[in-house]
This record gives sequence, C-alpha cells and structure tokens, in this order.
Amino acid sequence: MIQETFKDKLVNFSFVFPAFLIFSIFYIYPFFYIFILSFQEYDLISSPVFVGLQNFREVLFSGTPWWDSMWWNSVRNGVFITFCALTFQNFLAFALALAVDRVVRLNRFYRVVFFLLPVLSEVIIGLLMKQLLAGEPIGRGVLNQIFNNIGLSGFTHNWLGTNSVLFVTALVHCWKGFGWAFIIFLAGLQSIPEQLYEAARIDGASAYQSFSKITIPLLMPVLTLIIVLTMLGTMQTFAMIFALTGGAGGLTEVPVMLIFNHIKSNQAGLACAEGVVLGIMLVFVSFLMFFVSKKIREKYGVLSN
Amino acid sequence: MSYQTKKFIVSIFLHTFLLSVALSCIFPFLWMVNVSFKTQEQFDTDYGLEVSRTINWESYKTVLIEGQFWRFFLNSVFYTFITVVAIVIISSLAAYGFSRLDFPGKKYIFYTFLAAMMIPLPAGFVPVYVLLNKLGMINRGGYILAMTNMGLSLSIYLLKTFFDQLPRDLEDAARIDGCNKLQIWWNVGLPLVSPALAVVIIFNALTVWNEFVFAALIFTDDKFMPLQVGLMQFSERMVTQHTLIMAALTIAAFPIILLYLKMQKQFVKGLTAGAVVG
Repeated sequence: MIQETFKDKLVNFSFVFPAFLIFSIFYIYPFFYIFILSFQEYDLISSPVFVGLQNFREVLFSGTPWWDSMWWNSVRNGVFITFCALTFQNFLAFALALAVDRVVRLNRFYRVVFFLLPVLSEVIIGLLMKQLLAGEPIGRGVLNQIFNNIGLSGFTHNWLGTNSVLFVTALVHCWKGFGWAFIIFLAGLQSIPEQLYEAARIDGASAYQSFSKITIPLLMPVLTLIIVLTMLGTMQTFAMIFALTGGAGGLTEVPVMLIFNHIKSNQAGLACAEGVVLGIMLVFVSFLMFFVSKKIREKYGVLSN
Repeated sequence: MSYQTKKFIVSIFLHTFLLSVALSCIFPFLWMVNVSFKTQEQFDTDYGLEVSRTINWESYKTVLIEGQFWRFFLNSVFYTFITVVAIVIISSLAAYGFSRLDFPGKKYIFYTFLAAMMIPLPAGFVPVYVLLNKLGMINRGGYILAMTNMGLSLSIYLLKTFFDQLPRDLEDAARIDGCNKLQIWWNVGLPLVSPALAVVIIFNALTVWNEFVFAALIFTDDKFMPLQVGLMQFSERMVTQHTLIMAALTIAAFPIILLYLKMQKQFVKGLTAGAVVG
C-alpha cells in the first residue's frame, strides 16, 4: 500500500463525515443533553431553570406511598405487558415455529401470514383492534357480535372496559409481535443440522430426548436473544397502546406514553427525567441478561453466537 | 396404528393449530376491507360480518378528499423517499469509508455507531425535539434529518459487514483504470452491495412509513402530517364513523401489504436485521 498523505486521509474521512455530522447532532449531543435537561425545568419557551433533583423526585417519589404514583403505575403496566409477551407471545411463537418446521404443505403460506402483523404499523393494528373489540355500549363491537351470532352470548364482554383492558392490550401486543419471534425461532430451528437428529435416532433416542438434548440446547442463543429483545422492545412500546386505548385513564399507561404526554405538554425536564430512569432500567436489564445468557451458553457448551 | 396414519393424524393436528392462528391474523384485515365498502347503515345492521355484494367507494372518496388522506399519503411517500435516499447515500459512503479507507480514529468512530445500536434510549425523541425546537426546525427538514439519523447506525453496520466480505480486486482494477475514490464507491462499491442495499432500503422505508412518535410531536398542522399521525387524528374525530375509519386504515395498510407480498424475503431480512446485530 502506498503511504497516504494527510490530504488523502482527509479525503478518506470525508466519506464518513456526513454520517458522523448527523450522528453527532442527533444522537451524541442528545445523549448528553437528556441528562442536562433532566435537571432543569424547561417549557420550551422561557429559558430553562436548574432545579436539581426535583424532576427525579417527582418521577420516583411523588405518590403516597411512593409506589402509588403515575410513573410506577406505568412501569407496572409495562412490566405486566412484558411478562405476557415473554410467556404467551414467545411460547406461541415457539410452538408455531416447531409446527411449521414439521409440516410439509402450506409452509410458505404460514410464514407469509404470520409475518404480516410485524410489518404493519402499530397505529394501524391499534385502531383496527379497537374497532373489533370496542364494547360500548356492552354487546356492541364486532367480536361480541360474532359471539352472539354463534350462540355464545355468554362470552360477550366490554373488552376495553376497566377490568380487562390491560389484559386485552397485552394480548393485542402479543398478537402483533409473535410473528417476529416466530421467524427468528424458525431460522434457529432450521440452522440445526439434520445429521444431529439422525445420529440421535440411530443411537435410539426418543423424539422427546432429541428435542430436549438437541433442539433446546442449540436454540439457547436464539432464545436469550429473543428474551432480551422482547423485554427491551415491549418496555418501549407506546403507539399501539396509544391507538388502542389512549391510556384508558391510567389503566394501560406505559412509561413511554407518559414521556410522550409530558413533552407534548412542554414539560421537557420531567419527560427527560422519566427517560433517564427508564433508560437506566433497560440498560440494567440488558446487562443482566447479557451475563445470564453468557452463563447459559457456557453451561450448554455453545461457544459461538 | 400404522406409521402412516399416525403421521397423518399429527399433521391434521398441526395444520388445525397453524390455520387457526393464521385465520386470526387474516380475518381482521378481510373484515377491514369488507367494512370499507359498506355504508354506515349496512354496518350498523350486520357489523361488517356479511360480505358486501355491492362495492361502495363512497367512504374512500370521503376519506381521501374531505379527510385529506391524499395529502397524508403523499406526505408519507415524500418523507419516506427523501429519508431513504439520504440514508442510502450517507450510510453507504460511511460504510465504504469504514471498510476500505483509512483515517485516524476510524475504529473509535465506528464503535460509537455500534454503541448507538446497543444502548436503549427510550426517550431519545425528547432531547432531539427540544434541540429541533431551539434550532427553529420543527418542520419537514427537521423531521427528515431526525429520521435519517435513526436509520444510520444499523444501515452503516449492515453495509460495512457486507463490504468487508467482498474481494478488493474490482476496486483495484478501477483504481488502475484511473477512478478516484468517489468514482469507485459509486461505480464499483454500490453495485456490489446492492443485495444489502435492498435490505437497508426496506428496513428504513418501513421504519419511516410506520413511525409515529416523532411525527406526532413535530407535525401539528394537517398540511405536513404523514399517514400515521393523520390516521390517529382522523380516528379521534370520526369515532363513530366505522366505515370511514376502515377505509382510512385500508388506504394506510394496503400499499405495505402489497409490497410485502411482493418482496417477503427482503422484508424478513430487513426486520430481523436489528435482531442479528444484537
């Protein structure tokens, strides 16, 4: 290689420069700015005032008792939806992936259909399901009408009413998200070499044995990946729930919805403090999962990613 | 029971399971399209559960013209197009630079981009919004720049790893033939990474088309709203007009569904690309 002059290096850097410039202004600067803003009271019009930890106090300890505040309520809702996504959504996705991996016919059809929902926007899904589920007055709404038509009028319910709205929201979230986990599970299943199963069969392993001794260990990296991404993704959802229930007066409020509402009403400092708290929680969770998954990988002897 | 019958029963069982889930995915959309062709009176009697025999385009007309959806649609197309073009050019330049060219601090700058993909920043839209507000850029320009930034790191990462796998021979040949670095990037680099570019394009187009939070913050004027924000606003105004809302949803969903059916592979790759990185 010919030794490059300073001018050459400058030319080389200019390839990266546009990306670096935009990235600095819209990512690196905001990354630090969010911490500064969280210590200020700023309504976007008058000049910001430094208020110390007041915003954090308001976010974390404003309720009596302290866990009875809007923020902790939204965190609880978020955690509940995340829990449903981790269990119901991912089990469904895994079961579907196993099934599609086994069937010969309609294989492609299932894949196309299951992945349709993750492709569409959260707003579309939220509004569509709202129309299907809306139950005011009780008995209206299409799902209820279907129940009436097939003679199951006992099942009619005000789905988006007080006692079930959080659970229904979580279900809709799972319904939108399972296709994505399904595709990743399926890719993982298909990357397991067929020879392993053949060898196991020759050695006399039962179907259950080859499932628990081959499939599960080899899917561990994929599984931990899906768990981490489900947690990070679900704790940050907002648009689907906003479209479906609009928060339902706190019943389905999630952290990002609070942040959105606060910045919408020009409380930048409070919104940033909430953002910092949620961000720290998520970083903590992903670090934890990173170490757990490393341990699991070591245990199952899967070294590569 | 013979092996054959056992296998048959298992496959019936599997297909029932799969088909019922598939039906739950398809039914709402069939219903949506069906309702959009009905009048409000028809909907009130059958809840859109009977297949409409007559196709009634009235709802579409109302939504597109009075509901201004023609404008929301064009706005969405505009934002998506400009953002994707910007990301393709900026990220492929940067990826080429990171992969092939040398300059001091290269490693560290690349790591910063990587870190941006790893660190969750759930309220990232707040400081960016405040910043745009300070700069007086609460407008299309600001939105497009912010969206461009959102797709940059992943796009650079995807393209850089793709460049890294390519042999340098063609570029050497081009250099010997007298191409400068920019010409090599345009004439040799870009055509070679076109498979990865397709994924980058789909991924970013979908992100911008489906984006809601930022657009809802920035655009308060009907004139500049993209589809997602327009949909939200429209559904709030027309709560009881089910046929109109369904027509609006169909207008928003249909282009994506069509594109998806046409290019599934790229969609799947584009949407799972983020996962592979982590």
